[in-house]
Amino acid sequence: MFRTLFSRFLQGLIVLFVLFTITFFLIKALPYGPFQSDKAIPGHIREKIEAYYGLNEPVYVQYGRTLGNLLKGDAGASMRLEGLPVTDIITQAFPNSIQLGVVAMAVAVLLGIPLGVFAAWKKNTVFDYGAMMIAMIGICIPSFVIGPLLAEKFGRDLEWFPVTGWSRSSPLSWILPAITLGLASAAYLSRLTRAGMLETLSQDFVRTARAKGVGELAILTKHCLRGGLIPAVAYIGPAFAAIISGSVVIESIFAVPGLGLHFIKAIETGDTPVILALVLLYGALIIVANFVTDVLGVWLNPRLRSSR
Amino acid sequence: MTRCALFLLPALLCLTGCQKETQVEKANRDGIFLMGNSSEPKALDHQLVTGVIESKIIGALFEGLVGDDPEKDDGLPPGAAASWEHNADMTEWTFRLQPEGRWSDGYRVTAYDFVFAYHRMLHPDLAAPYAEMVYPLKNGEDYNKNLRGRILLHANVVPGVTWEDAKDIAFAGDAKVALEKGAKWPDSTTDAQRLDFVKGTGLDALGKEALEWIAADLTRYPWPAGFDPVKAKSLVDVMAAKAGDDLFELANVGVSAPDELTLKLVLREPVPYLPSLVRHYTWFPVPQHVVLQHGKISDRFTEWSRYPNLTGNGAFKLKIWRVHDMIEVERNPHYWDKANVGINGVRFLPIENPYTETRAFLAGQLHTTYQVPSDLIKEVKKKAPQEFRQEPYVGALFVRVNTTRPVLSDPRVRQAMALAIDRQQLCDYILEGYFPATSLTPKMGSYEPDKILTFDPEKAKQLLAEAGFPDGAKFPRFTMLISRPSARASAEAIQAMWRRHLNIMVDIQNKDWGSYVSAQQNLDFDLAAAGWVGDYLDPTTFLHMWTEGNGNNNTGWHSKDYEALLSKAALEPDPAKRLEVLKQSETLMMSAYPILPFAWYSRNYMLRPEVKGWHPLLLDNHPLNTLRLER
Repeated sequence: MFRTLFSRFLQGLIVLFVLFTITFFLIKALPYGPFQSDKAIPGHIREKIEAYYGLNEPVYVQYGRTLGNLLKGDAGASMRLEGLPVTDIITQAFPNSIQLGVVAMAVAVLLGIPLGVFAAWKKNTVFDYGAMMIAMIGICIPSFVIGPLLAEKFGRDLEWFPVTGWSRSSPLSWILPAITLGLASAAYLSRLTRAGMLETLSQDFVRTARAKGVGELAILTKHCLRGGLIPAVAYIGPAFAAIISGSVVIESIFAVPGLGLHFIKAIETGDTPVILALVLLYGALIIVANFVTDVLGVWLNPRLRSSR
Repeated sequence: MTRCALFLLPALLCLTGCQKETQVEKANRDGIFLMGNSSEPKALDHQLVTGVIESKIIGALFEGLVGDDPEKDDGLPPGAAASWEHNADMTEWTFRLQPEGRWSDGYRVTAYDFVFAYHRMLHPDLAAPYAEMVYPLKNGEDYNKNLRGRILLHANVVPGVTWEDAKDIAFAGDAKVALEKGAKWPDSTTDAQRLDFVKGTGLDALGKEALEWIAADLTRYPWPAGFDPVKAKSLVDVMAAKAGDDLFELANVGVSAPDELTLKLVLREPVPYLPSLVRHYTWFPVPQHVVLQHGKISDRFTEWSRYPNLTGNGAFKLKIWRVHDMIEVERNPHYWDKANVGINGVRFLPIENPYTETRAFLAGQLHTTYQVPSDLIKEVKKKAPQEFRQEPYVGALFVRVNTTRPVLSDPRVRQAMALAIDRQQLCDYILEGYFPATSLTPKMGSYEPDKILTFDPEKAKQLLAEAGFPDGAKFPRFTMLISRPSARASAEAIQAMWRRHLNIMVDIQNKDWGSYVSAQQNLDFDLAAAGWVGDYLDPTTFLHMWTEGNGNNNTGWHSKDYEALLSKAALEPDPAKRLEVLKQSETLMMSAYPILPFAWYSRNYMLRPEVKGWHPLLLDNHPLNTLRLER
């Protein structure tokens, strides 16, 4: 186990290094930089600013210096929000993103998995079709449509939840963004769960259980759930990382001060330190999520254990 | 599971039921003004930013010499200065500061803070992007551009050499050579490399080591023919001795403080609109004692401008700053006019998405919004007619033309394109609330430019035919750049008008903002939908940019006559005559059609009725200290 852990860790480091290098040179290939404003900055000022950030040096020198600083744990400061340390950006915004991601994932799991199990149980009935139709709609309608609709209905008309804004201490403000963000994943999860459950339900041991007179509910929950969840679990890990890094639309609709907006804005302005830090952070997140998924997969699926 | 949900739902409803009071109602009780402010400010060090979003917050935290009048655009209420006077030709101004002026930490606001502020603003190493706003200060430009030779020679500190003697020297060099690192060359540098460097860089940018190296053998620098070696030696010696020094004193920049409460400004030319100009945040003071506590005068972005160090002289002080979430300011207990501050604080909410912002307003989360997107205007007018505001704003939308492109270089073609735009239709159907532009500068105060732009498709066709394209035949297919989705509708309308009236096709290309800007700066475009918003209420804020080499021109067009008229206006002390000359210059520029203006801005936003003391203002700089919130 430790060997696997260690080798996965090393693989992760290599992936991060490659990610860093590719991202760095892609940023340098951008046709614009962070010091472009509505009103042009005079040449002599621009030169000074670029010298200040070492942007006048050859790219390989900048690459070496940036990598060195990162290894020392110094991610530098933003160039778009000039002077704001990248670590401040992350410590301020990342908890919001994580919080939103966790709640959204909870929504996805609590909605998606029961719906999938239910559909599998009522296979090929009106309930099954109904549930899967809802899921299909959930996948198809983009969040920038669902979000404003929810905000208009439950925020403005019914006044149940605030229409925008985010407060770490007020769970009410989490609900709408989390539902919007989690809905697509919930839909997808329900389809995965249904498929997994159906496959498990068709296996011989289920027939044996039925023959022995085990109740339908017990078959579903005790005998099949664990096996039926394998595809869903394999999806949850990467989906969680994707939810956290891909919440920019929701952040915009609900004015959530998360990392997504920083990321997009940084890319729009060529803000090298922030792009690099966030790409690495998201990269690390995905690596960890995948790893956890693999471990969970092994725990759920005994067949994988024997093969190792 | 379903059972679980059945329990959860009523629980949630219970929770939500408690939220009876809207955020605005609570804010009304607390005296907090909730303001949608579009996006996160780049920074709050007002000497290092250039934006409009920043100006709203900076205006709450700092106060300029002259205040903003809540009702009148040309009202000039006292600000940090209680009174001011000027000499006959408006080149020397004396401001007397408020005797009770205090920073938010209780220290006195003195004239020395202003001297320090303009020193810092112009400091070459600070590289303030908007330093040119304070170039009206005499010698400010020389100092900011670090023209060291010129400064030293003008200050008469080089024995035996005058500026006349030395004016042929290429102080600024002509080639771009990598900047010298620190004051030392690496040991490996060869003499040939050094010669190249010295030749390309020019004396002004050389460090101590390089200058001493030249002093050791004067032939190492390409002096103008016949330049006296004795004078050269004297000059290089002084420059080496002063290398790396801050030349602020020697530059004799036109700002001084005869005493603690008197600020004297000497200008390079008459500036009759100075009181209006100093309302811009580039002219605001900085607290010397705080800035220096957190770094040198020339350090960019030190901790001084962050919470909790940020210290201002405005009616409010910084209370909370959460990036992309909110900035809140509260009463400054030391503000000189604190008795007349009507609210307890302001919360600036950086809501990027205008649809979200409008929704937040309608749900009672904001007192005012930054903008209503044009496709929501009809809806909002219906839903909240009382709250919807539509007011003129000093800005213009135009199509920028690259006049260096073949065909577009023909003024007749540009004029034809200008004449074929039906501005009234644009403003009726797409740019709701905007005004059809008849020139570039919108009417401000007593300045109203000639009406150049009309809609005349017949004449347009005729001009195009004269230019060699009868009925648009063989007219090249140009591309119009846009960068914001909101610009697409008007760009498409103009595209259609040109096709209909001139029978020419133009493509529209959407570029991300950075590429859009750099394409224009490199003159690598045909046409671009662009806009400009004035910084102060004087036509020069629209006219100065069309000069040769100005970074905001980007049309390839320039004219000696135009620049001569601008200089003439700059030297004209009589305000009425001055505006007349500026009007002539605008007519000259507009008749060449380097840009095709089509609309003057209006600001579409929402404001709640309980906000009192908020009036339409052309510059949209609403003083927040005079607002009141009715319960």
